[in-house]
Amino acid sequence: MTTTPTYQQPTERGYYGQFGGAFIPEMLYPNVEELRQQYLDIMAEPAFQQEYQQLLRDYVGRPTPLFEAKRLSAKYNTRVFLKREDLCHTGAHKVNNTVGQILLARRLGKTRIIAETGAGQHGVATATVCALMGMECIVYMGEVDMERQKPNVYRMRLLGAEVRPASSGSKTLKDATNEAIRDWISNPVDTHYIIGSVVGPHPYPDLVARLQAVISEEMRKQLLEKTGSELPQFVVACVGGGSNAAGAFYHFLEDPEVQLVAVEAAGHGVHSGHSAATSVLGKPGIIHGSRTLLMQDEDGQITEPYSLSAGLDYPGIGPLHAFLADAGRARFLSVTDDDALKAVIECSRLEGIIPALETAHALAVLDRIGAGPDDVVVVNLSGRGDKDLETYIQQDLM
Amino acid sequence: MTVHTQPMNRIQNAFQQDKKLLNIYFTAGYPELNSTVPVLKALADAGADLIEIGMPFSDPLADGPVIQASSTVALHNGMNMRVLFGQLAGIRATVPDTPILLMGYLNPVMQFGVENFCCEAAAAGVDGVILPDLPLDDYVAEYQDIFRRHNLRPVFLITPQTAPERIRRIDELTDSFLYLVSGPGTTGGANTQAAGVQDAYFQRIEDMQLRNPRLIGFGISDKQSFASACRYAEGAIIGSALIKALEGADDAPAAAAAFVSSIIQ
Repeated sequence: MTTTPTYQQPTERGYYGQFGGAFIPEMLYPNVEELRQQYLDIMAEPAFQQEYQQLLRDYVGRPTPLFEAKRLSAKYNTRVFLKREDLCHTGAHKVNNTVGQILLARRLGKTRIIAETGAGQHGVATATVCALMGMECIVYMGEVDMERQKPNVYRMRLLGAEVRPASSGSKTLKDATNEAIRDWISNPVDTHYIIGSVVGPHPYPDLVARLQAVISEEMRKQLLEKTGSELPQFVVACVGGGSNAAGAFYHFLEDPEVQLVAVEAAGHGVHSGHSAATSVLGKPGIIHGSRTLLMQDEDGQITEPYSLSAGLDYPGIGPLHAFLADAGRARFLSVTDDDALKAVIECSRLEGIIPALETAHALAVLDRIGAGPDDVVVVNLSGRGDKDLETYIQQDLM
Repeated sequence: MTVHTQPMNRIQNAFQQDKKLLNIYFTAGYPELNSTVPVLKALADAGADLIEIGMPFSDPLADGPVIQASSTVALHNGMNMRVLFGQLAGIRATVPDTPILLMGYLNPVMQFGVENFCCEAAAAGVDGVILPDLPLDDYVAEYQDIFRRHNLRPVFLITPQTAPERIRRIDELTDSFLYLVSGPGTTGGANTQAAGVQDAYFQRIEDMQLRNPRLIGFGISDKQSFASACRYAEGAIIGSALIKALEGADDAPAAAAAFVSSIIQ
């Protein structure tokens, strides 16, 4: 049997080109292997699909609108559409994945859920579905992130989750992920780990990409209605680990005429020493069970990324994105803290939409992608800005 | 099936002895950058039968807080692969017979270069390598030939959840010992399992009549837990408890020696 290699589909062992795989200690092997053997079958079950689709519609609020942003379009002299993932229940795209994974966890017979979170959006989305399904929920969050995303910490606790601070290393997303993995090592039988991005050992990158793919599936239908073509010229999304970008790109990956633009956080500037622009600063290595592009020193020690946004300061990117960067299928740009903050003001004032700080990185490249007046540009508006209000107040955006 | 015709090495020689073996783990470059060799020598002289030298990593997923903290200190002290191999040069003049293994995570080894790493390790007189996040398939595909060429023995972990056929495969892939992880958890954790559950697991492995001897690790911390692990294996591995003994010690080699004595005397 021969299959045509695609960007969408990793190999059986979870490789996208040279990136991916499952580099995990033996203590995790049975769990990850169980998931690998079962996820595709479970997700293909009609009963799973029915329950998943129903929850996406009635609980998450899908499909999310595709909104033509006329004032942004006028400013950048192109046709800008915003895919309104900020209107999902809990305020970001993250819930698409957690709804799917909680159903998967239940079918695997798991009773306890763990998760990592950076900005808190994935933690909230996990706490939400655990409340919905009556499952125990523990969320690991870096101490630094708990401080800068206080409302989300409170939301998780209100939803009944236990939030455990990760106090090692940079005390951010990377360290929260380490702690969640250590929890899974200690609780191998009853626990499912809901990873929030397209990172981690195979099958997680593929699993999360499939669950987020609903974003681009809807985009194609909505674009056909609104523009007469399923295909835009550009799809733009921010990338930390890369889950919203994976979802926004997924159903366009095999359409080479669609330019895919991934936007990373440059922090204080790509080469300032305070950045999270992994595709520029990273080289191949292993982080959290996956071979991917990763920020590290010459000894292979993982370095501490920086971004004002708590959802983008991850020292790696998902293996799919590393492959897209390597193969030239996606174009990677980066945006500084300052330019992202300007984009927050611009989107708020021109469209009446306050975006999340992560999302603002994607909005900040509209003048850099080379879109013409007749081009259609879809920006994945991955989350709303309520969680960032304290940061916006501190940065004195007014 | 591959027939292994490698020369004996110090690990196999150690298991020829008619006694239970104590394997001690410590972190290279801890508590001071230049503690590595004095601690190693003190451990060997005090009677440790095998010694694992931890290569510190920024994100040690399988390790609990004690080894994590020692790794952070060691990295801060300036430990890296090049420094470690520099320290180990000539070590066989002072520690001739005790098997030495390097334990760490895959990424620093990959960045150093696997061939380069094995070459340096063999030149220093290292006998075995433990890389918990190296998958078996990757070992066979990319590492096995290099390891064999340098007479380095891989050591693989087995847990209570490892399936029997996988245990058999692991047993075929090495001639050293099998690292039996005592129960669920990272290194240095308290053992919270019911004794019966753990005994049944160790007994199940013993009944498999495997080729390689077994050492039990994770959660072994003192004379009593060492003795109880030895009922089901050829010996046991202690790491975090030794690191704790080194923490804040005025004389790290003396503390290391005293710790070994507290276990075996």
